[in-house]
Amino acid sequence: MGPLVANEIISPDTNLFLAFLIGIGFGFVLESNGFSSSRRLAGMFYGYDTTVLKVFFTAAITGMLGLLFMSLFGWIDLSLIYINPTYLWSAIGGGVIMGVGFILGGYCPGTSFCAASIGKLDALAFIGGIFLGVLLFTEAYPLWENFFNAKYLGSPLLSSVLGLSRGVMTLLIILVALGMFWVGEWAEKRFARDDYKLNQK
Amino acid sequence: MSKNREPKKYMNPYLGGVLLGLVLIVAFWVSGRGLGASGAVKSVVVAGVETVAPQHAQNAVYYKQHSEDSLKSWLVFEMLGVLVGGFLSGAIAGRLKFSVEKGPHVSGKIRLIAATVGGIFFGLGSQLGRGCTSGSALTGMAVLSLGGFVTMAAIFGTAFALAYFARKLWL
Repeated sequence: MGPLVANEIISPDTNLFLAFLIGIGFGFVLESNGFSSSRRLAGMFYGYDTTVLKVFFTAAITGMLGLLFMSLFGWIDLSLIYINPTYLWSAIGGGVIMGVGFILGGYCPGTSFCAASIGKLDALAFIGGIFLGVLLFTEAYPLWENFFNAKYLGSPLLSSVLGLSRGVMTLLIILVALGMFWVGEWAEKRFARDDYKLNQK
Repeated sequence: MSKNREPKKYMNPYLGGVLLGLVLIVAFWVSGRGLGASGAVKSVVVAGVETVAPQHAQNAVYYKQHSEDSLKSWLVFEMLGVLVGGFLSGAIAGRLKFSVEKGPHVSGKIRLIAATVGGIFFGLGSQLGRGCTSGSALTGMAVLSLGGFVTMAAIFGTAFALAYFARKLWL
C-alpha cells in the first residue's frame, strides 16, 4: 500500500499538499518540546538539558519500529523507501562542519525555522546564515566537488554492514538508547543550573 | 486558563519523541522519504540564483546539475508547514514573543553574530553531508542507513568536542 506516491495511490500534487500537513505536525511537535529554544538545544552539550537526546532517539526508534511493523503487516513496501546514499568522507566532513554550526548557533535548520515562527530573532539570524552557507556551497561547488563525491559506498544499511538482521539491529539500538536516556537523566541533575528552568517550571 | 502570562510547560520528551516518530512514519508512508529541512533552503537558493542571475546559473556546474530543482518541491511545502505548526504550538502555549535568546553572560550582538556564523557553517555542512539533522541524521537513522549514523555521530561528536570552547556563549 505505502508509500502512497510511489504506488500512485495519490497524485504528485496531493503529495505536496500532504507535505504541508506533515510539516505542520513536524513544526508543532518540535515547538511543543521546546526545540524552538536555543538554550534548550545547546543544553544537550553541557548536560543541563538533554531533551534533544531523548526526543531525537525516541523518534528514531519509533520510526525504525514503525517501518518494521508496517512492513510486517504489508502496509508499506520497504524496498520503495529511499535510503540516503553514503559518501563516507563528505558524510563525516559535512557532519563535522554542521557540529561547529550547532554549538555556535544553537540550532539546526529545522529547529531554527520552528523557533523563528514564534519570534526568536537569533533563529532568524541563523536562517540568514543557512542561506549564505548553502549559497557558498553552490557557488564554490567546483572546490569541493571531488570531496563531495569521494568514497561512495552505495546505500548500505548499518545492519548489513554489521551482519545483523533489521530486527536485531533495531533491538540493539533501543538498548543503547535506553542507556543514553539514563545518562541524560543523570546529567540533568548533575549539571542543573540556577539560571535555567528545565521545562519552563 | 490562568491569568498570569507564564508560558505552558513543554511536552514530556519521551512522548514528544514518539509523536515525532509518528510524523516521520506518516512521511515515509506518504512520500517514501522521511523528513528534511535544509533541502528546502537549497531549492530556494537554486531557484533564486536562476531567477536573479540566469546567465551565471547556466554556466556554473552546480546549477546546471540541479536545474530541475524547483520551488515546487516536497521539502519546500513541508518547511512552510513547519512555520505554521511551530506558530500554532507557540500560540497555544503562550510563547509568541520577539526576543533574542542567549546565555546569561553574552551580549545580544555577540549572540546574533554567533547565530549567523553558526547558520553559515550548518548551511555549508548540510549540503556537503547531503542533509542535516532532520534529513540525514534522524531520517537516515530510522531507515538504518550507515550514512545517517555516521553523520549523526559527526554532528553531535563535534558539538560535544567544541562545547568547552563555546561555553561563554551558553553558560
